[in-house]
Amino acid sequence: MSFFQNAQKVLKQNIREYGMYIALFVIMAIFTATTDGVFISPRNISNLINQTGYIAVLAVGMTLVIVIRHIDLSVGFLAGFLGAVAAIALVFWKLPVYIVIPLVLFLGALAGLVIAFPIAQLKIPSFVASLAGWLIYRGALLLVTAGTGTIIIPDDTFNALGNGYIPDFPDIGFLPDVHKLTLVLGLLAAIFFIVGELNSRKKKQAYNFEVLPMDMFVLKLILTSGLIGAITWVLAGYNGLSWTAVIVLIVVAVYHFITTQMVFGRHIYAIGGNPEAAELSGIDVKKMIYVVFGSMGMLSALSGILFASRLQSATTTAGTLFEMDAIAAAYVGGVSAAGGVGKVTGSIIGALVMMSLTSGMNLMGIDISAQYIVRGAVLVAAVIFDVATRNRGK
Amino acid sequence: MATPLLEMKNITKEFPGVKALNDVSFQVTEGEIHCLVGENGAGKSTLMKVLSGVYPYGDYTGDILLSGVAQKFSHIKDSEQAGIAIIYQELALIPEMTVYENIFLGHEIKNGTIVDWNETVQRAGQMLKTVKLDTNPATLIKDLGVGKRQLVEIAKALSRDVKILILDEPTAALNEDDSTNLLNLLLDLKKQGVTCILISHKLKEVIQVADTITVLRDGQTICTLDASRGQVTEYMLIKYMVGREIDNIYPTRQRQPSTQITLEVKNWSAYDPNLGRMVLKDINLNVKRGEIIGLAGLMGSGRTELALSMFGNPVGYQITGEIQLKGAKKQFNRPRDAIRAGMAYVTEDRKGDGLILIQDVKQNITLANLAEISIRGVVDNNAEVKVANDYKESLNIKTPSVEQKVSNLSGGNQQKVCLGKWLFVKPDILILDEPTRGIDVGAKYEIYTIMTRLVQQGMSIIMISSELPEILGMSDRIYIVSSGKISGELPIEEATQEKIMHLATN
Repeated sequence: MSFFQNAQKVLKQNIREYGMYIALFVIMAIFTATTDGVFISPRNISNLINQTGYIAVLAVGMTLVIVIRHIDLSVGFLAGFLGAVAAIALVFWKLPVYIVIPLVLFLGALAGLVIAFPIAQLKIPSFVASLAGWLIYRGALLLVTAGTGTIIIPDDTFNALGNGYIPDFPDIGFLPDVHKLTLVLGLLAAIFFIVGELNSRKKKQAYNFEVLPMDMFVLKLILTSGLIGAITWVLAGYNGLSWTAVIVLIVVAVYHFITTQMVFGRHIYAIGGNPEAAELSGIDVKKMIYVVFGSMGMLSALSGILFASRLQSATTTAGTLFEMDAIAAAYVGGVSAAGGVGKVTGSIIGALVMMSLTSGMNLMGIDISAQYIVRGAVLVAAVIFDVATRNRGK
Repeated sequence: MATPLLEMKNITKEFPGVKALNDVSFQVTEGEIHCLVGENGAGKSTLMKVLSGVYPYGDYTGDILLSGVAQKFSHIKDSEQAGIAIIYQELALIPEMTVYENIFLGHEIKNGTIVDWNETVQRAGQMLKTVKLDTNPATLIKDLGVGKRQLVEIAKALSRDVKILILDEPTAALNEDDSTNLLNLLLDLKKQGVTCILISHKLKEVIQVADTITVLRDGQTICTLDASRGQVTEYMLIKYMVGREIDNIYPTRQRQPSTQITLEVKNWSAYDPNLGRMVLKDINLNVKRGEIIGLAGLMGSGRTELALSMFGNPVGYQITGEIQLKGAKKQFNRPRDAIRAGMAYVTEDRKGDGLILIQDVKQNITLANLAEISIRGVVDNNAEVKVANDYKESLNIKTPSVEQKVSNLSGGNQQKVCLGKWLFVKPDILILDEPTRGIDVGAKYEIYTIMTRLVQQGMSIIMISSELPEILGMSDRIYIVSSGKISGELPIEEATQEKIMHLATN
């Protein structure tokens, strides 16, 4: 088969998976053109990633929640509330930052388990249980900020999470305007990726399994490492990799590994695909509901920390509508509302798509009213595309 | 003789690979109670679905005549309009609505565009009197017992100028008092001129109320009997119902009697809090090493409930009694416990609670035993494909690759995937619930061959089946379940279809 036939076949088989990446690429290209390249400038991309961060971590958790056929509406105000708790702990209780962060993450996990209790034990629909959570955490946020209003956070370490960048090697005159550690990390990531792919291919061949044709395999390696290289280069041209990006990357890597490689992930997708069959296959569905909502709570706490850190303060309205952005990101990223289908990486791309739209339209000076309408249209279009390609099957 | 009220002529209905009805003819005279009997799968329900328009005109061949006029129903609504009302086994009432709302649901009494509730309540009251149900029409359906719901269904049917009332297994879920009550009502309605078709497995009832009985077997009309003069006996009916030659479609095997008991259940009773009644009563049974136990009985007799209650009780029955595996007393709180102790359960409804249709063959096969192919919680994807390919080969699963979604496979191959999934658990006891339902003859034989191979390797199998030839062809020993109890145990040498049917309809 010729190169193009191969390419066509691979693209056809994976259109759903690649569709999202193509969409993101197209959106970025359009905004780059309409803003005379401002959109793709290192500064804007760096900002874009930092703005996506606190929604992205929520979208990761929400992916798992939706996959097991549930929903969690409480995450926005839970994030806002826990961000305020973090601020209070830092400012009024004078706790050091390395105690505050684990403490808040722990509280988040606990809050998630509380939401999970009526869902798992009493079979209350998660929509209702988490809507109650939405009200309660909103009240809690207003309560803890009632006396003070906005709480300014003076802690530099804490604020670096949302605004800071990883340090660089000392300047030795080589590539003076470029962030060298970022470049090194990007290079390592690309090498790591290529070595990993080669290994897995070798293993598959040892088992005599089908692998991608050689030309497609090489193309995949070149495209992916090229993408890593391009992003790294753009970021290195500004301040380098931000701490937010590092945190999001770690969260995504961990959740991606858990959901695609571990028994735990299999159980989640099985429950989403058919809860009765999953239970009869020996999966503890109740326990999994606790774990998934617990993780969602912990990621809400992380989101709250990132947001408070980014604003360098806790406000009375922090977290408003975060849950809707996270849910939209998951749906745009190919998570099925019927459950059982959806990838963590997809949701991240979904979050980037939505945030790119906001950022690009802001740069173009488009009115906020039109922005909402466009984002709504993109959400619907993404889901229609998803359903259409899924029904067609293989 | 006058024109019959209903005449169905030469009805043939085919499903992919199966002729469900083969040239069936059926006549009902006005004002009679006509009973339709036959084994599970004989074609009774299909015939009634043809009559009611569930299978629209053109989906079958043959003619339906009502009072001599040809009918072409393309929807249930059409048959309802023509005066045919069916009351199904699964009742079609809305639990959260009142009795009067349900009775007039879909043909509300209206004053212009507004529902006339006063009139509705009053008319509902009259209907309830007709069916002898002493209940406030404003009661919610969910607060009524099954017997009373059945009566509301009849009232609902009668409220629309019905010519033929069809009841599908109306007494299956009823206790004795409610059953008698219902049958008496039918006799009463007959006096008022209502024509009734009754489908039932309970032959005693059939003989008691029927004017005419039609027997179906394997999609064909076997005979129509005049039952009004009391000459029809249960034995006669059973003979007609099962009188089929058993084809030699079962693999031969050496039956090696073992004395080693793998599974034993003692004084096993289960109460279903959702239904509010006992579903299993004082069951005692045992399964020996290398033995196939046939669990026979009618649908709804408690066979599946028994399997579920032993397999970790996922539905939440309140259970008393004792279960022993290889002589050791066990307690299973969830299916996982049962699986770990060496049990496996291939469910009756493979699409509903057996398979994960949106996932592929390999993921389904490994689901119940991921521990086997993972190290510290990380799945070895290559080992998984290898395992799946092994089962694909040994069970002859016809699929282009193990990465195929199971929803794209045929019924027989889906069943083999289910089987593969549970064999990968490497159980000592395999429970098969209707293992060959809805699959073609070739795949059936393959499944029988696999079963034979498994017991020869020392596995114990409990096979639940509604097909008596299958029970007789495969089992070493047969338990018959009836109304939640074991109504008999037969060694294979003594078992006949007649004996089993007799115990099952008892």
